[in-house]
Amino acid sequence: MIFEEIKKKATAYLQDLESTTNIRVGTPTCGKAAGADDVIIEFRKELEKKGLEIPLIEVGCMGLCFAEPLVAVFKPQMFTILYQNVNTQKVKRLIEGYIEGDDPCFEMALGTLEFDENGLPFIPELKRSEFEKRILLRRCGIVDPKNILHYIGLGGYKGLEQALGMSPDRVVKEINDSKLRGRGGAGFPTGIKWEKCANNSSKKKYVICNADEGDPGAFMDRVILESDPHQVIEGMLIAGYAVGANEGFIYIRAEYPMALEIVRNAKREAEEFGILGDSVLGSSFSFHLRIIEGAGAFVSGEETGLMAAIEGKRSEPRVRPPYPSEYGLFGRSTLIDNVKTFSYVPWIIENGAERFAKIGTENSKGTAIFTLAGKVKNPGLTEVPMGTTLRTIAYEIAGGAPNEREIKGIQIGGPSGGCIPNSLFDSPVDYEVLLSLGSMMGSGGMIFMDENDCVVDTAKFFLDFVQKESCGKCTMCRIGTLQLLHMMEKITKGLANLEDLDKLKNLAEDVKIGSLCGLGKSAPNPVLTTLHYFYDEYVAHVAEKRCPALVCKDLLAYFIVPAKCDRACEHCKLTCPTEAIGGVIGEPKYIIQDKCVKCGTCMNVCPPEYSAVIKVSPVDKLYELKEKGV
Amino acid sequence: MKMEQKWDDDEPTLIQALIDIQKGLGFLPPEKLREVATSFGISEAYIWGVATFYNIFRFKPRGKTHIKVCMGTACHLSGGGLVAEAAERELNIKVGETTDDQDFSLERVACVGCCMLAPVVVINDRVYPRMSPLKLEEVLIEFKRDKKED
Repeated sequence: MIFEEIKKKATAYLQDLESTTNIRVGTPTCGKAAGADDVIIEFRKELEKKGLEIPLIEVGCMGLCFAEPLVAVFKPQMFTILYQNVNTQKVKRLIEGYIEGDDPCFEMALGTLEFDENGLPFIPELKRSEFEKRILLRRCGIVDPKNILHYIGLGGYKGLEQALGMSPDRVVKEINDSKLRGRGGAGFPTGIKWEKCANNSSKKKYVICNADEGDPGAFMDRVILESDPHQVIEGMLIAGYAVGANEGFIYIRAEYPMALEIVRNAKREAEEFGILGDSVLGSSFSFHLRIIEGAGAFVSGEETGLMAAIEGKRSEPRVRPPYPSEYGLFGRSTLIDNVKTFSYVPWIIENGAERFAKIGTENSKGTAIFTLAGKVKNPGLTEVPMGTTLRTIAYEIAGGAPNEREIKGIQIGGPSGGCIPNSLFDSPVDYEVLLSLGSMMGSGGMIFMDENDCVVDTAKFFLDFVQKESCGKCTMCRIGTLQLLHMMEKITKGLANLEDLDKLKNLAEDVKIGSLCGLGKSAPNPVLTTLHYFYDEYVAHVAEKRCPALVCKDLLAYFIVPAKCDRACEHCKLTCPTEAIGGVIGEPKYIIQDKCVKCGTCMNVCPPEYSAVIKVSPVDKLYELKEKGV
Repeated sequence: MKMEQKWDDDEPTLIQALIDIQKGLGFLPPEKLREVATSFGISEAYIWGVATFYNIFRFKPRGKTHIKVCMGTACHLSGGGLVAEAAERELNIKVGETTDDQDFSLERVACVGCCMLAPVVVINDRVYPRMSPLKLEEVLIEFKRDKKED
């Protein structure tokens, strides 16, 4: 089928869909975890009962994770309304309200879904919409990821069609002019990478999409693959055409089974429609795609490590140069980019490099996608123009910390990034600015911490992670991170002294210098930034044996304030897993410290009107309290 | 360069071959690794080297109920560590082990991508959101009861 016919078919499909009321339920991994499957079953049941034939489409994620399960009701000539936290009890009301009738069910609504003059979606009722610019996410949560016609109907594969009408050099130039930089974290100019690969004389070349999103706390690549997989495939096709490669690989981690399934389906569809295969859209350009399942190693996210994994080897990074564009997969010239980088490509080709380069800062162009997790009211995913301040993201978009607490810092870029304190939140999001603060764009995962989070413990957590994930090739990374971890353990156990903090800093700097790849080079970042910005907290752990955030278990104890304890209630005593609570009915309860494992159950179950259980740090404070007879 | 010729869609890469075995059996038994070595024409030692490098491969069978405690960043901050400890306490095994009766196995994973529901535990592929030591105990009691009724 030629592309004109496919487009006609797609337009017909879309017109058909838009002329009827239809329901779209977000069922990505996160939506399912929140109960979206049950909502779909309930919808089917209720619709069938009423004999209504209304299309029910499973879509991806809009990044509004706090509102999951999210349901969108599309009605011809009416507002599209998004409903948040829909559960099975709300389904009937929704059907009778807005689907059958004209009652918009405002009490459940999150807002209306509208599109700006450039076709980018926004929700006017949400304040965060003012600050967002959804380029990559424009179809996420709207398009059916399992139906290529929907994608094409919304203008998909137009960028590819346009690119095929240009010379490969012209495509490379366009990417160069857009000043797009790699979204995998390091921010290498994408155009230069493409140019190098295009100029390489290797007869056979490969294009690889790096979807080995290993940062524990970042999930935007998963969302894009699950919500709009064709966008990635289209970007890879354009890249293949531009650099002269006829084979591509998408390397997706096995921990993302749903992303794998959806991308496999997308590949099948694209092959059926002649978009992937021997003659792409009827042209003389051929491109074959393979999907590779990753076996779970953080270091596979490093480009040379990833290529080793595809080759069936241990995923050990190697020295660069030669760069993959000169010596890549199986020794061939290889272009390797991140999911997001490829996803920008079709938009840039369609809208022109100039328009892309207009967005953002001097050296960081376009938008940036961040995952928002940790202590914020509105966790999820956001896409903002580069140059947006961290404060805007933290407060206007993520909604600030819950329970009127204050955000203390943001860890950006996962284990490779650093922790930026609240005092620097007016800094703009930009590759160079974040580097100058000791952090990096990295994966784009943002973890928000409030007063109840211990930065020392968090830095230790990241070290523990990279230490386990070090491939073991470089001594400084293999043993250095382990020693750093031991030092951090000493600190969180109250066994370190002030001199140890200097040793910690020195070794952290040495590990940076003595490691080959990004994993080792950036592994000490969390420690170095927290040492720099939160030195007081380290000193409290070391000098006073006190954890200010009351997190480090060895430095705290649980205590039941006798005056507050309602003597008749036995919640704590009944739920304590180690029978560490003494006291009989009618008497105040007390904690037998030797038996206590500090799981916090007693504190959670103590009725809020008493709130008798408290945490104290340092542990010695217990004796003080007891002496005072509190 | 021999492996590059195995590039048809039907022929799995080495790692894919191992993943497929594990999907079927739940772990990688030594005799299967031997078979893979023969079919790929590479040494068994090389395959062990590769298989032990990656996190998802297991060399012992899992329990009938497989518990994965998420230890991603968001889960860690909201008390994932305490939940993992509670699981160890309740099942009387350490992370990475299987109970003697083969009923339960416990594993820690780095991020299942449900950060807004933290801390999460995945039991037999179902995600349990917003866990606490107490909630996990309650869930495990249910599982243990179901086992007895079987």
